[in-house]
Amino acid sequence: MKTVETEKITLAFGAAGGQPTAVEIPVGAVIQRTYWHNVWRRVSRDPFTVACALVLTVVAAAALFAPWLGLPEPTLTNSANRLLPVGSPGHLLGTDELGRDMFSRLIYGGRLSLMMGILPVLVALLVGGTLGLIAGFVGGRVNMLIMRITDVFYAFPSILLAVAIAGSLGAGIGNALLAITIVFIPPLTRVTESVTTQVRAMDFVEAARASGAGTFTIIRIHVLGNVLGPIFVYATVLISVSIVISAGLSFIGLGASPPDAEWGLMLNTLREAIFLAPLNSVLPGFMIFIASMCFNLISDGLRSAMDVRL
Amino acid sequence: MLNYIIRRILYTIPIAIGVSLVVFGLVHLAPGDPLSAVMGEVDQKMLAEMRASFGYDKPLPVQYLLWLGNSLTGDMGYSLRTGAPVFRTLIDSAVNTMMIGVAASLLGFVVGVTMGMLAGYHHGTWLDKAVSSATITGVSIPHYWLAILLVIVFSVQFGWLPSMGAGSAASMWSWEAWQHMILPVIALAAIPCAIVARTARACVMEILSMEFVEALRARGLSERRILLHVSRNAMPTVLAVMGLQFAHLLGGSILVETVFTWPGTGYLLNLAIFDRDIPVLQGTILLLALFFVSINLVVDILQTWADPRISRG
Repeated sequence: MKTVETEKITLAFGAAGGQPTAVEIPVGAVIQRTYWHNVWRRVSRDPFTVACALVLTVVAAAALFAPWLGLPEPTLTNSANRLLPVGSPGHLLGTDELGRDMFSRLIYGGRLSLMMGILPVLVALLVGGTLGLIAGFVGGRVNMLIMRITDVFYAFPSILLAVAIAGSLGAGIGNALLAITIVFIPPLTRVTESVTTQVRAMDFVEAARASGAGTFTIIRIHVLGNVLGPIFVYATVLISVSIVISAGLSFIGLGASPPDAEWGLMLNTLREAIFLAPLNSVLPGFMIFIASMCFNLISDGLRSAMDVRL
Repeated sequence: MLNYIIRRILYTIPIAIGVSLVVFGLVHLAPGDPLSAVMGEVDQKMLAEMRASFGYDKPLPVQYLLWLGNSLTGDMGYSLRTGAPVFRTLIDSAVNTMMIGVAASLLGFVVGVTMGMLAGYHHGTWLDKAVSSATITGVSIPHYWLAILLVIVFSVQFGWLPSMGAGSAASMWSWEAWQHMILPVIALAAIPCAIVARTARACVMEILSMEFVEALRARGLSERRILLHVSRNAMPTVLAVMGLQFAHLLGGSILVETVFTWPGTGYLLNLAIFDRDIPVLQGTILLLALFFVSINLVVDILQTWADPRISRG
């Protein structure tokens, strides 16, 4: 970004601190970066965040391209090779209780586990974000209605709500996805609503309205500009929670079902192996842990780069 | 203050009604009749009689009101599987969950506050970094995996502690009973411990930067006395966070209880789901959710009482 017009600089400051700063900078006079550029620069200089992003990229890419990596078939059983220890020839991370290759299953497991961790948060972000924007921007009775319903779902501990919904609907990946999505809609609605309500009361929104900006322009530029930062930070934390909960649902038999490769389910079926091959049996849990921790650390990095306080 | 408490309690009533509606709705979301799932292929006439005796033939709103009214008086029906009264079963399980829940909260609180205060006081040192890494680990680690790790290390490898059940000791004040509690309690304590440590650290750092601490230093108070003042100021926030964590812990213990087959509400819920035992399922979720709501209420009130600035906001 070389030069930015005055108008854009003002907007960027508004997005960063909430308080618009009227800076008069002649067009083309200085090199000025936008808010998101600064965030990106700060994040990319944070070694922890970069390392975590790399780890996640590798795990996700391996999962995505698993069929083309020349791995053994993840569902191919071999009763002669059950529970081979880690480091066996031909089976880098050993085999599971049915003789399936652990390395291949862990890689393939990322497909379901990461998808079940990330997708519900993204959908909840869309739904909860929209509800929060409407509640915050319209206010009044609409706010009342949306937020009181949110409160009811907030009155459940998240794991209990996920288990209750998935358990009532019955086992299956679709039901588990739906359950986790419903769990994450209320918190995202609440955060969006509270930031939107704060922003709506700001002077610069009043100023924008006075200068003739329409509702959608105000929402697009002023509200979204201020809401997106905190929401992204929060959503990354939720993904780390979501990965643990969704694998947990599969762990108790409510998500993926055999012979699917999914970390939570693998952790469950390998429980009988804790005596014979303890190392093999903890590997799937390690993957859940790493994925969850990386999202947590990335969220911390984003939080300090954006200077978000939630 | 009293005004606030009354308002807060009144505000909880619609939430509790909403919660009961959600629980009832959830269970009736499932396709099919609760009985046919359990009974399998039976005579239609017999099924209809059974349905009438359980009240499943009435319209849903009537069923809801009957269920709610009965539940409030402690009559939650009978388990479709065992025939035992749901309320009794629930209370027995709740006591078990409460035991490990309270112990885990205490453990998490003591360890978390110590770690968090030390880290906040020695901000920026290696100690602070160690605590930060521990808290990140604590919030990220799947607690059911931690439970398995604990079993592998302490039950399988060393053989020190039992890995299943609650033992058969008659009294809970015996080594046998405690032995069974140790691993589930540690597994459950990880998350609250990390979150309390994080909160305590942030609180202590914020309070240390306030002017009154400077004033205390200027008056020549020892660092130990200053830390006492700081902790007194940090307590309301930390206790509130701990209260919420306790509530989360009771509702979220299902995964850990499943690993240890601990006979608590979580394990009961697990069995009820896979048995499609509707009365038990409804009762357990309702009890846990209402418990969560009441703890939230108590925490809010206590926090306002400890720090009156809150209710003005």
